[in-house]
Amino acid sequence: MGAKTALYQEHLNLGAKVVDFAGWDMPLHYGSQVEEHYKVRGDAGMFDVSHMTFVDLKGERVREFLRYLLANNVDRLTTYGRALYTCMLNEQGGVVDDLIVYYFDETYFRMVVNAGTHDKDMAWIKRHATSFDVVVEELTDVALLAVQGPEARSRVHNLLSETQREKAEALAPFNAVESEGFFISRTGYTGEDGYEVMVPEDQAVDFWRRLHKIGVHPIGLGARDTLRLEAGMDLYSAEMDEETSPLEAGLKWTVAWEPQDRNFIGREALEPQYNATPTRKLVGLILDDRGVLRGHQRVIVDGEAVGEVTSGSFSPTLGKAIAFARVPYDVSGRVLVEMRGKQLPARVVKPPFVRHGKACFE
Amino acid sequence: MSNAPSHLKYAKSHEWVETVSEGTYRIGISDHAQDLLGDMVFIELPEVGQTISAQDECAVVESVKAASDVYSPLSGEVIEINEALVDGPDLVNRDPYGDGWLFTVKASDLSELDGLLAADEYIKLSADDDH
Repeated sequence: MGAKTALYQEHLNLGAKVVDFAGWDMPLHYGSQVEEHYKVRGDAGMFDVSHMTFVDLKGERVREFLRYLLANNVDRLTTYGRALYTCMLNEQGGVVDDLIVYYFDETYFRMVVNAGTHDKDMAWIKRHATSFDVVVEELTDVALLAVQGPEARSRVHNLLSETQREKAEALAPFNAVESEGFFISRTGYTGEDGYEVMVPEDQAVDFWRRLHKIGVHPIGLGARDTLRLEAGMDLYSAEMDEETSPLEAGLKWTVAWEPQDRNFIGREALEPQYNATPTRKLVGLILDDRGVLRGHQRVIVDGEAVGEVTSGSFSPTLGKAIAFARVPYDVSGRVLVEMRGKQLPARVVKPPFVRHGKACFE
Repeated sequence: MSNAPSHLKYAKSHEWVETVSEGTYRIGISDHAQDLLGDMVFIELPEVGQTISAQDECAVVESVKAASDVYSPLSGEVIEINEALVDGPDLVNRDPYGDGWLFTVKASDLSELDGLLAADEYIKLSADDDH
C-alpha cells in the first residue's frame, strides 16, 4: 500500500494496472502500453504525474540561491512564467536530481523535482536555502496532469475559461502561466507538444473526467517511459545519478559555464572535465534484430565489455528496440549488446529517436 | 480476473494445452501470463520438426516488460508453429487461447498429460500469484 494521488480511484475505474513507483501507487497502463504510446504520438493522452514534488521558493535572495544551487543558470529566466531544465549537482559534480525551475518574479520561483528523490531533494534544498534566507514550501494540495500529443493543446483549450484559454494560447514552449487557480505550463516529457496543468487537488477528478470525455486518453507510466526514451530524454537514476556527471549523461548543454564567476555546487569538481575530452559519453542504440534492449545489458566492442545500457525498451514508433548506453568516448558505428546469452549488433546513433511523431531513423 | 477455459489443461509455468486430436496438442500461454507480461513485441518459436522434451525452454515471448521462456508441457515433435505471430505478436495479448497459440506438438508420452492442471486448479494457482 503506497501513497495515492487524488486520481487513484479514477485509475482503478479505468482498469489501470497499478504498480509501486517511488512509494506511490501509480497506473502502469490501462490495458495496452503500446496503444497508449500511439495515442500520444498521434492524438492526445493524459498522465497523472501528481506524485512529483512541487517546491515553491520565496525570498529576497532566491535568484542568488538558485544561481548557486543549480548547474544551469537561472539568469536565463527573466520573464514571468519562463521555465528552465537543469541539474542540481553535489560537490563531486554528480547529479542529485534533474528538474524544471520556473520564474515568477524576483522573490518567487518554483521547481518541479522527481518523486523518487523527494526526501533527499527536500533535505538538500532546505540545507542550502537557509543561508540565503529562502523559504522552501512544498505544495501538497495540488495535482499535476500532463496532457500531451499533437491534439493536446486544443483539447485543453476547450476546457479552460476564456481568460485561461487566451493566456494558454499565447504560451511559447517552455513557458507557463497561472490563471484562475490553474498553473498551465507548455512543457512535457514525451517529445510532443502539450501542457502540464497543475490544478487544486479538489478539482483534479473533475478536470481529468472532462478531459477523458472529450477524447483525451489516459496514459500510464509504461508509455511515459517509452515516449521519453524515443524523445531522447534522460531519466534520473537510469541515465544519471549521484555518481555520474551531467557531462557523461548527454547533459553538457544544461551546465551553464558562463559567466565564469558564477559559483554553483559541483562547478569546482566539473571544471577539469569541462574542456577535456570526456572518458565516457551517453549514446543512443538501435537494435535491428529481433530482441529488446534493456537496462544493464552489457555493450561489447572488440570482444570486451566497455559499457552498459542505461535505459532500453521497444520503440513502438520505430518497431524495434532502442536504448541509451554509456560507452567510452571514442565508440561509434556498431557495437554488440549482450542479451539472453547472445550478442546482437546495435547501431550507435545520436538521440532523439523520434521527433514530432516521426522516426528520425529507419 | 484472468480467464482459463475449462476444456484446456494447464502447466504451472502458465502454458495451456489443447487436444487437437488424440496424440496432437496445441500449446500457448495463459491469459494470466500474457496479462502479467503486458504488450508482446517479439515471439520466438521452435522450428517445425524439432524434437522437444517436457519442461524444456522451447519458445520465448518478449514483451515491453520482460523476455520470458516458454516451457513445453509435453515431449514430442513440433508439427506446426503459428507464423502469424512473427508480424502479429499482439495476438498473444488479444486472443491467448485462440489466434495467439504458439505451436502444435505430436506428443511422444501421453502420460505427461496427467501431470497438468485442470482449469479450476490453474485459476487457484494463478490467483495466488496476484498480490
